[in-house]
Amino acid sequence: MIVADKKPIEEIIEDIKPYERILILGCNECVTVCEAGGKKEVGILASALRMYFLSQGRDVTIDEKTLERQCDHEYLEELRADIDKYDAVVSLACGVGVQFMAETYFTTPVFPGVNTCFMGVTEERGRWSERCQGCGQCILSRTGGICPVSRCAKRLMNGPCGGSSNGKCEINKEVICAWQLIIERLKALGKMETYEVLSPIKDWSTDRAGGPRKVVREDVQP
Amino acid sequence: MSYPTHIKIIRVPCTGKVDILHILHAFEKGADGVYAVGCMEGDCHYDNGNFRARKRIEQAKKILDAVGVGGERAAMFNMASSEGPRFAEVAIEMVEKIKQLGPNPIKFKKVRAA
Repeated sequence: MIVADKKPIEEIIEDIKPYERILILGCNECVTVCEAGGKKEVGILASALRMYFLSQGRDVTIDEKTLERQCDHEYLEELRADIDKYDAVVSLACGVGVQFMAETYFTTPVFPGVNTCFMGVTEERGRWSERCQGCGQCILSRTGGICPVSRCAKRLMNGPCGGSSNGKCEINKEVICAWQLIIERLKALGKMETYEVLSPIKDWSTDRAGGPRKVVREDVQP
Repeated sequence: MSYPTHIKIIRVPCTGKVDILHILHAFEKGADGVYAVGCMEGDCHYDNGNFRARKRIEQAKKILDAVGVGGERAAMFNMASSEGPRFAEVAIEMVEKIKQLGPNPIKFKKVRAA
């Protein structure tokens, strides 16, 4: 899922200060799971903002709504009838949702209510970590299911660098060396011969280096 | 043994039931102070309900500070169910503290804004 973190409320207040009718818009997908932008967080932020504006002696309307997703037209369209009631929207979706919301409702200012961080997993409640960078060319079959693109600081493709010490990365002793994990897993799978096969130079044009990306699938297009 | 009549008690099965939204909505509706009274730490019938409540109170305090209501209006206390005198003592302490702080700053502005 896409992992996001809460944005300081002071920052959100700074963005929406000039407005009078504000919609706080949550998303039921990833940001709900990582407890940053679901219905619950919408309620907390809306309540806090109502109190803030009242403490300033201002009568500002703060409404709450949570969509199933903000990255699909069909759900964003649910707002069509009501969007004119608001002069600003704070979207608690990831950056994708904020942008799609802004594209869909071109003349309504949309502000981000969370900081979007990465694609990752829930290690335990309250602890999320990165697993994928969406490089566009998955090599997990060769690396024991552990990604050196997202988990190695240097994105190395053929084994660890000299900074790997006692299984930890030189950038931080808390970070496990991705290649340590890869080798351990390949051993457990009895596939260490895979480690001996040199990876060719990776084509980074499918990564961000090639500019904004697009997937077009005619087979599923209407 | 008595405690001030300013306090409205809301019974919950465990302080772990106290959600941050309950706390924030109470202030939004004009409460001058909100405090949770849980079992002694380590003595929760549900293992960690009182620890959860403490975290939520801390979270609420930060929000209340950020929005100008004041985090010192929220508090958490721990005591055993047999500690009646301590309950009264804490109630008096909290009422005194809130009296010093004055009313919830949004309460009157709400009337004016409307």
